[in-house]
Amino acid sequence: MTTFSESAATALQLVAALDPTLVSIVWRSLAVSASACALACSLGLVLGAWLGVARFAGRAAVLTLLNTFLAVPSVVVGLVVYLLLSRSGPLGFLGWLFSFKAMVLAQALLVLPVVAALTRQVVEDAETLHGEQLASLGAGALLRSLLLAWDERFALLTVVLAAFGRAISEVGAVMLVGGNVEGFTRVMTTAIALETSKGDLPLALGLGLVLLAVVLSLNALTSLIRRWREREEGGTPALPALGMSL
Amino acid sequence: MSVVLETLDAAVRYGTRARGVQALDGVSLRVHAGERVALVGANGCGKSTLLRLLHGLLAPTAGAVLRDPDTTQAMLFQRPHLMRLSVQSNVALGLWLRGQRWSQAQALAAQALQRVGLEALAARSAHKLSGGQQQRVALARAWALEARVLFLDEPTASLDPHAKREVEALVGDYARARANTTLVFASHNLGQVKRLASRVLYLEQGRMLADLSVQDFFDSSVLSAHHPQAHAFVKGESV
Repeated sequence: MTTFSESAATALQLVAALDPTLVSIVWRSLAVSASACALACSLGLVLGAWLGVARFAGRAAVLTLLNTFLAVPSVVVGLVVYLLLSRSGPLGFLGWLFSFKAMVLAQALLVLPVVAALTRQVVEDAETLHGEQLASLGAGALLRSLLLAWDERFALLTVVLAAFGRAISEVGAVMLVGGNVEGFTRVMTTAIALETSKGDLPLALGLGLVLLAVVLSLNALTSLIRRWREREEGGTPALPALGMSL
Repeated sequence: MSVVLETLDAAVRYGTRARGVQALDGVSLRVHAGERVALVGANGCGKSTLLRLLHGLLAPTAGAVLRDPDTTQAMLFQRPHLMRLSVQSNVALGLWLRGQRWSQAQALAAQALQRVGLEALAARSAHKLSGGQQQRVALARAWALEARVLFLDEPTASLDPHAKREVEALVGDYARARANTTLVFASHNLGQVKRLASRVLYLEQGRMLADLSVQDFFDSSVLSAHHPQAHAFVKGESV
């Protein structure tokens, strides 16, 4: 108990004093996850919106596969990216292994199914309600999917926040492809794992507190968006439940 | 009068052959320019399916549907879908989707809003309008498109009596404003059918059992003698 309270006090001091090591790890984490999210969203939002509207043979199989990817452990994604980027892998020539780019790629692949699957659900619900009206005005499937995605932009904003929460809180993928190299690829989750195993609990706890604060902020932002939207529109269907966890 | 819509033994089936629903079966009809056709019948008789089939939102599973390619169509739904845009942009969207430049579409949308008396609300968020006002925005879209065939799927069913009268009057104005404007509408409201329609199609379980002028449809002797099912429906609805 003494160890915990002492560690917690030191951790709070590190956070309050903006310890340079802690700050650099936090900034790197935010940069990796934000880049991964931007990459995943640029593809996942369009793909998900299109899947919400398009009807084609094999669609059910594609959706099953997409939903399956939601449950893939991050360490498996890390392993696949590791094999792709390793010297003998098909993308080995890029020389990205144990780099910032490798971590971005791994996290992007991890959250892409989250973005695509949740977007698909949001847009498909909108299509059920309003797709006929847009089709009546002459919008084809692709244009309809984009218009409905735009119309559901507030719901999709929470999807983006959920994806960011998933990216920043994962450890397995970045550990494998980043290598946890100090000053280069060490992020909050990998640093927490390492410092805990070394017994440096104050830094691990300090990083844990920051990570908790980041996820808490994202959830708070989601709630604010939801409330603002309800106030603006006088009550709307509930946004998808997107509770984030570490 | 030229034919603007025609179905030839058209059928629509939802679901699989083994476990589906025959929503329409063997419907053959012609709609001429300027007609005001009401589709009546009990819930689930196929009114909405026939409207969607005629408008092109559904393809027939058997038979054929022919449309005059030079005639612009628009449709009002029971609950209009308006995007999270201003009222004017919602009207302009319909024009933009049909190839107009956005700035031109906005100008035409402003004129269309005057037709439905909503010019003062042009800049307001469409989602803040009442149900009746939203339906007027949907009608303004049809005005802007200069649709010569207007489909209406019970557009006043979810409105209060005052809004109902307003929208119905605007639909009447729309039909009168341009020569040869064709209305095809589904309605449960027989008073509305009497006021708006020139011709009535009675449907039951996906089949068209009566195709009458509005005068004959509301003539009890004609209906009871030749169309007992339609007669029973009208008596039931009138109770």
